[in-house]
Amino acid sequence: MTFLISRKLVAVVSVLLMLSACASHSPSQTDHAAFRSNKPRSVLVLPPLNDTNDVNATYGMLSQMTMPLAEGGYYVVPVAEMEETFRRNGLTTANDIQNVAPEKLRSIFGADAALYTKITDYGSSYRVIANRTVVAAQAKLVDLRSGDLLWSGSATANGSEVGGDFSVGSGLVGALVQNAVKHVVNVTTDKAWSVAGLTSQRLLATGGTNGMLYGPRSPKYDSN
Amino acid sequence: MISKNNKLTALALPVAAACALLTGCATQTAPLYQWDGYQPQVYEYFKGQKGAAEQIAALEASREKTLAQNKALPPGFRAHLGMLYASVGKGAEARQQLTEEKERFPESSAYMDFLLSKLQ
Repeated sequence: MTFLISRKLVAVVSVLLMLSACASHSPSQTDHAAFRSNKPRSVLVLPPLNDTNDVNATYGMLSQMTMPLAEGGYYVVPVAEMEETFRRNGLTTANDIQNVAPEKLRSIFGADAALYTKITDYGSSYRVIANRTVVAAQAKLVDLRSGDLLWSGSATANGSEVGGDFSVGSGLVGALVQNAVKHVVNVTTDKAWSVAGLTSQRLLATGGTNGMLYGPRSPKYDSN
Repeated sequence: MISKNNKLTALALPVAAACALLTGCATQTAPLYQWDGYQPQVYEYFKGQKGAAEQIAALEASREKTLAQNKALPPGFRAHLGMLYASVGKGAEARQQLTEEKERFPESSAYMDFLLSKLQ
């Protein structure tokens, strides 16, 4: 009898697992029609606007946003060289850069789409609770050929999540991938940068209901 | 009979759940590129606390390791290394890296040509 009950219990737990294990689906589903018809291959990640008090936010976030897009199957224009090109043309603030005409961006960088990002939270300096490092951002992807809005989204992450496995889009970002970053950067002195990495992974996740579609270099491109 | 059916259900569900967990969602695929060098070095570049020679050495070490492991360098890696070479006056090395970026990622052609045209 106890054996039977325990098996029933296992069955109930299994159902609960099936219902809860996968990433939860948001009730509103993003319309990917424009994304599908424009088929961008390459992305220009413009320097993010900084709505926070931390002067490191723009470059911290900008240097973390290539990985999720490249792993999602896109060519990402090298961000340091992009910034240098803007600087040589007298554009030094994220605000000025995000106001450059799409045709101009397309003619210099050759990218199909541009990502416009705004950082709404970065670091821990003004937090009441000590040791709570938060990075939050919102972004939109605009096609530089048609001018169509392809996708928009927002994401947040905090310091207590760094180093664990977490789900983004339809995939899992493991501690393995994050370790690559942890080895190089001293996370105790620059925790915000690690958190910005997680925020970027979530924000720019490919394949989820509300995420971006896979790019042509992804093996999952055909499942779009 | 009912009891037997229950037993079957009790067995089938855990098996189905295990399959769903293993295959249905949250599948971890192998990364397309090796990431330990590029983004940290881009961050170093922006922070501006280390010299170009030190950044070049770090990227070259990462490149060697990545290629030895038969893995791929991410988009932008070669272009970034190339522009660092250009900043210390090593035009030939810069040209080689920018050309390689273009060959590996034809999507970069327009911008690489723009950067190459400035390398005189």
